[in-house]
Amino acid sequence: MGDPIIQVTDLCKSYGANTVLRSVNLEVRRQEVVVVIGPSGSGKSTLLRCLNLLEVPEQGDIRIEGRSLLDKGVRITEIRAEVGMVFQRFNLFPHMSVLDNITLSPVRVRKLPKEQAAVKAFELLRKVGLEDKANAAPDSLSGGQAQRVAIARALAMEPKIMLFDEPTSALDPEMVGEVLAVMKELAAEGMTMVVVTHEMGFAREVGDRVLFMERGSIVEEGTPQDVFDCPREERTRLFLSKVL
Amino acid sequence: MDFRFDIVWGYAPLLLKGTGLTVGISFVSIWLGAILGLGIGFGKMSRKSWISWPVSAYVNFFRGTPLIVQALIVHYIVIPPILGTTNAIVAGIVTLSLNSAAYTAEIYRAGIQSIDRGQREAAYSLGMTPGQAMRFVILPQAVKRMIPAFGNEFIVLVKDSAMLAYIAVPELMYWSNAMKGQYLKVVEAYTTAALVYFILTYSLSKLLQFVERRL
Ligand SMILES: Nc1ncnc2c1ncn2[C@@H]1O[C@H](COP(=O)(O)OP(=O)(O)OP(=O)(O)O)[C@@H](O)[C@H]1O
Ligand SMILES: [Mg+2]
Repeated sequence: MGDPIIQVTDLCKSYGANTVLRSVNLEVRRQEVVVVIGPSGSGKSTLLRCLNLLEVPEQGDIRIEGRSLLDKGVRITEIRAEVGMVFQRFNLFPHMSVLDNITLSPVRVRKLPKEQAAVKAFELLRKVGLEDKANAAPDSLSGGQAQRVAIARALAMEPKIMLFDEPTSALDPEMVGEVLAVMKELAAEGMTMVVVTHEMGFAREVGDRVLFMERGSIVEEGTPQDVFDCPREERTRLFLSKVL
Repeated sequence: MDFRFDIVWGYAPLLLKGTGLTVGISFVSIWLGAILGLGIGFGKMSRKSWISWPVSAYVNFFRGTPLIVQALIVHYIVIPPILGTTNAIVAGIVTLSLNSAAYTAEIYRAGIQSIDRGQREAAYSLGMTPGQAMRFVILPQAVKRMIPAFGNEFIVLVKDSAMLAYIAVPELMYWSNAMKGQYLKVVEAYTTAALVYFILTYSLSKLLQFVERRL
């Protein structure tokens, strides 16, 4: 496993009086798969969304490949182009085809020629098993298919890091597997991933490290074996007893 | 009751010219109002108060005063210092455009804010700038939802343009008034005007329905 690619120090975020992140510290190494678990409202999404500045923290620092996201001179769009994100609700663009969903940003942001972007998009669609859906409308896809397209769309920007915010929570149970399979393949290829999920099987199998968050803090972290089989914290034990 | 078709027939060339002007003024004002409204709409959504405050004042003024008063102010007070003379057609277009912008601004704002915020976040997460997200992701979806409201606004504008007869813009209503004045035939003058306005607005609504179905 490589050098630190994400370094979060003393990260704080609140919405009005509601403190959501309390001095979070986190380091993610290149090619590492970090799984974040924790009860609803513990700040998992907020932490993830700070990593590509969809939320702006009021204190602390986030560095990606050593560059602070909060420096004045930093072009945030450049950072975001390097950090892919997959959302619980897919967020495909409903007014364009699957293919256009995938090529939009490579063409508009990376200034890739259309044909080249399309070739790349077909490659990615093949990878997620949906090459026959290139011209389909997002609305015509099942949840599992939509999420796989969303993953392909993020990958089209050739990100160095992929963030997943409960990518299977909105799916019917029979579709969870197909999405997790794509994520497993991605992890095996060495993608650096931060994954918020309730899929403990996935966490155990693919995760290099598990973080347990509660009330805006990382309460416990370690290998999946450590955290799942012999949690040190009572709060972790309590949470796991409810979800496992 | 005998309807004097011959009077209407005799006035037909002038009514036709007036109708042409009504269509022309409406068409230009719809475009200008829609473009200006986009700017005003973004201004309304701005978090900077030095932008949003004057914009709100603008919207409140145009929504809170009668169109005829606005037309008189533009015609007699605003246009002369700019052009050096009064010009009813220019004043008419300016009034309708400014007035329409106050309403279309609200249509844009409501349309844009109706788009799920996940769409913007997905666009941002893919490296798009706010401008790119707006242009490629938000607006194309929002515009589709705005079409019915725009249709209403355009129809209102066509009907409101009749008011411009009172600053002597020689449009449809102006010539209908002239016809009534010359022959003292109220029924012929105003039913003809009503029929023509109805044909205009009905065609417009059909056109917009067609556009909406195509999108
Ligand atoms: N935009 C926002 N405005 C105000 N409060 C917010 C906002 N986003 C999140 N919060 C609050 O911040 C807290 C943490 O939310 P967050 O979404 O990070 O939790 P989470 O761990 O992802 O929960 P879940 O498992 O339900 O997704 C919650 O109390 C939530 O109500
Ligand atoms: Mg969440």
